Amino acid sequence: MWEYSDKVREHFFNPRNSGPLKDANGIGDVGSIQCGDALRLMLKVDEQSEIIEDAHFQTFGCGSAIASSSALTEIIKGMTLTQALEVSNQNIADYLDGLPPEKMHCSVMGREALQAAIANYRGEEWSDDHEEGALICKCFAVDAVKIADVVNANQLNTVEEVTFYTKAGGGCTACHEGIEEILAGIKAERAGPGEVSPPPLAAALTAAPLAPANASTVLVHAPTVAVSTPTAAVSAPPARRTLVQKIRKIEEVLESVRPMLQRDHGDVELADVQGKTIYVTLKGACSGCMMEVATLGGIQQKMIEALGELVKVLPVSHMPVEA
Amino acid sequence: MEAIYLDNNATTRCDPAVVEAMLPFFTEHFGNASSIHAFGSEVGKALKKARGQVQALLGAEHDSEIIFTSCGTESDATAILSALRAQPERNTVITTAVEHPAVLTLCEWLEKEGYIVHKLRVDKKGRLDLDEYRSLLNDRVAIVSAMWANNETGTLFPVLEMAEMAAARGVMFHTDAVQAVGKIPVDLKNTRIDMLSLSGHKLHAPKGIGALYLRRGCRFRPLLRGGHQERGRRAGTENSASIIGLGKACELAIEHMDEENTTVRSLRDTLEKGIVSQIGHCFPTGDIARRLPNTSNIAFEYVEGEGILLLLNKLGIAGSSGSACTSGSLEPSHVMRAMGIPYTAAHGTIRFSLSRYNTEAEVKRVIEVVPGIIAQLRKLSPYWCDKGPAASVDGAFAPTYA
Repeated sequence: MWEYSDKVREHFFNPRNSGPLKDANGIGDVGSIQCGDALRLMLKVDEQSEIIEDAHFQTFGCGSAIASSSALTEIIKGMTLTQALEVSNQNIADYLDGLPPEKMHCSVMGREALQAAIANYRGEEWSDDHEEGALICKCFAVDAVKIADVVNANQLNTVEEVTFYTKAGGGCTACHEGIEEILAGIKAERAGPGEVSPPPLAAALTAAPLAPANASTVLVHAPTVAVSTPTAAVSAPPARRTLVQKIRKIEEVLESVRPMLQRDHGDVELADVQGKTIYVTLKGACSGCMMEVATLGGIQQKMIEALGELVKVLPVSHMPVEA
Repeated sequence: MEAIYLDNNATTRCDPAVVEAMLPFFTEHFGNASSIHAFGSEVGKALKKARGQVQALLGAEHDSEIIFTSCGTESDATAILSALRAQPERNTVITTAVEHPAVLTLCEWLEKEGYIVHKLRVDKKGRLDLDEYRSLLNDRVAIVSAMWANNETGTLFPVLEMAEMAAARGVMFHTDAVQAVGKIPVDLKNTRIDMLSLSGHKLHAPKGIGALYLRRGCRFRPLLRGGHQERGRRAGTENSASIIGLGKACELAIEHMDEENTTVRSLRDTLEKGIVSQIGHCFPTGDIARRLPNTSNIAFEYVEGEGILLLLNKLGIAGSSGSACTSGSLEPSHVMRAMGIPYTAAHGTIRFSLSRYNTEAEVKRVIEVVPGIIAQLRKLSPYWCDKGPAASVDGAFAPTYA
């Protein structure tokens, strides 16, 4: 059985504010028929102050879905609608002292029900834009749909890149086969009918960060990608650049990835460039993070694409002392 | 209060007599059966006895037809991969949509490797269409793998007839019988079954031991090579204590076979009737006329299985569910979906699986508490309104689905 926190168990066994709410003036019905959860959130909103005076729920779902619904009603009672809309699914999970990764979607459903109920109160249409797939990465709770979306949006090709963009695969690494399958499926689609997609093995090889073999694999691999994404091609001849131009380009790449790292309370800075090796300093949450290798691998991939030449990205700690 | 264990299709308690039989093989009889000295030969004799005990339960003609493995999953994989390797000119596997993942996941992988897999469909009661099956048998089929009894519903497939049909077309037949062995009589020498998988921990032997029955003369390629054990068909030092435990468990299963089909069956029937007669909008799933004597799978509409299990567990009662949330996947049980059970019912399926250790008092207690649990959860359910499903009243629940 799941490792539920005491708080989850307590809210499941003694749910607060369950059952229909008379004279509710905002009702949100959401659900995911496949995963088996459905939730009706009922709000009683004071029309003058827009304060949620009462909130009730009815939930068809597992223990954590019921506990998440119960927690949600407790959190939002007394809030204004504006405050309530600030409540994130993480707030719900935190209120319950955490949820197992497989169960995070229960808190997401709670948040969606809240949005739907508020939209209903305001007489607006609300549509669910959140599609859910099978859970791939259990360490960071990333599902297949999310991975496929990010792969498509960013034209990703390797497990390493997927980890860089979504965190998926950055923990125990047991899900790499699953990620490779998603990549292979998308590549087959990109290649179009009649063209043979690269076997998943190719993705596995390119995922090996910093290995010398990596470079040649990327090159061999590139023509398949180039079919639809000429910008991602690394086989283009490297442009002649001065060192200053090159460093400027490197800084541009780092600037482009910094927002992503900062979102996770981390950061990166350029330390030095020595030939084909770029040394960076990982800061904040990134320093000492177990995903350091994946982060650097992702940056390296972007550098290779931007510079049009094969470079290595290493942490500053790897810089030779006698340089 | 004593805990009530009704999850025997998941695993069973080791019989105390089994544990007793095993213990000396951890201590004084620790030898390797392959060794020439006295330490080894004692173990060798005990293994031979165990093989005979398994042979007796299966009704196999020869004891050399029994190959010990580590589990049911290994037996299944050995059988299917062997058939494909031994007959490279055949590229097709026939199986069913409701197999255990041990077979189904392997077949899905084989499909990716380029093999053709036909999954036989089932009807609302989980029954196969034998005409469809017959139409698929041809000389491109390497093996048919069909479970004897379904782990979720207990539904029995007509494997004897299916094996005859396969044999008539020269096709190998394997059955995953981990749920059937020990619960219903098996007499392999009078069947056309070529291979059969069983698992120790489903019949009161320990976990980590299984066996593959391989009919003499059936072409075979080992999964594990690297030693002469099991006549070179499954390399690796014998798990002697567990093999001896499995042998003892098989002997006990023969002794208790009648009890399984009388006492246990009647307890199961009492339990099922007691629950279904008290609660509306629930029904037993599967082919209730042809199923294992110990299994009852009940779909409770408009509630979700994990909630039921958590509340049962609070009262010390252990069952299992086909709901998505208990499996770690987002989908409800593939068995329920294959039978076309609606989602709102599939998520609320609870399996009660009994054993000879269960008592009438336990069954009575479960019958007492289940109605309250279902009522409590239905009160929370948006699909339920006072005394009936919300769909039948105004303002029916129709959520925005992702």
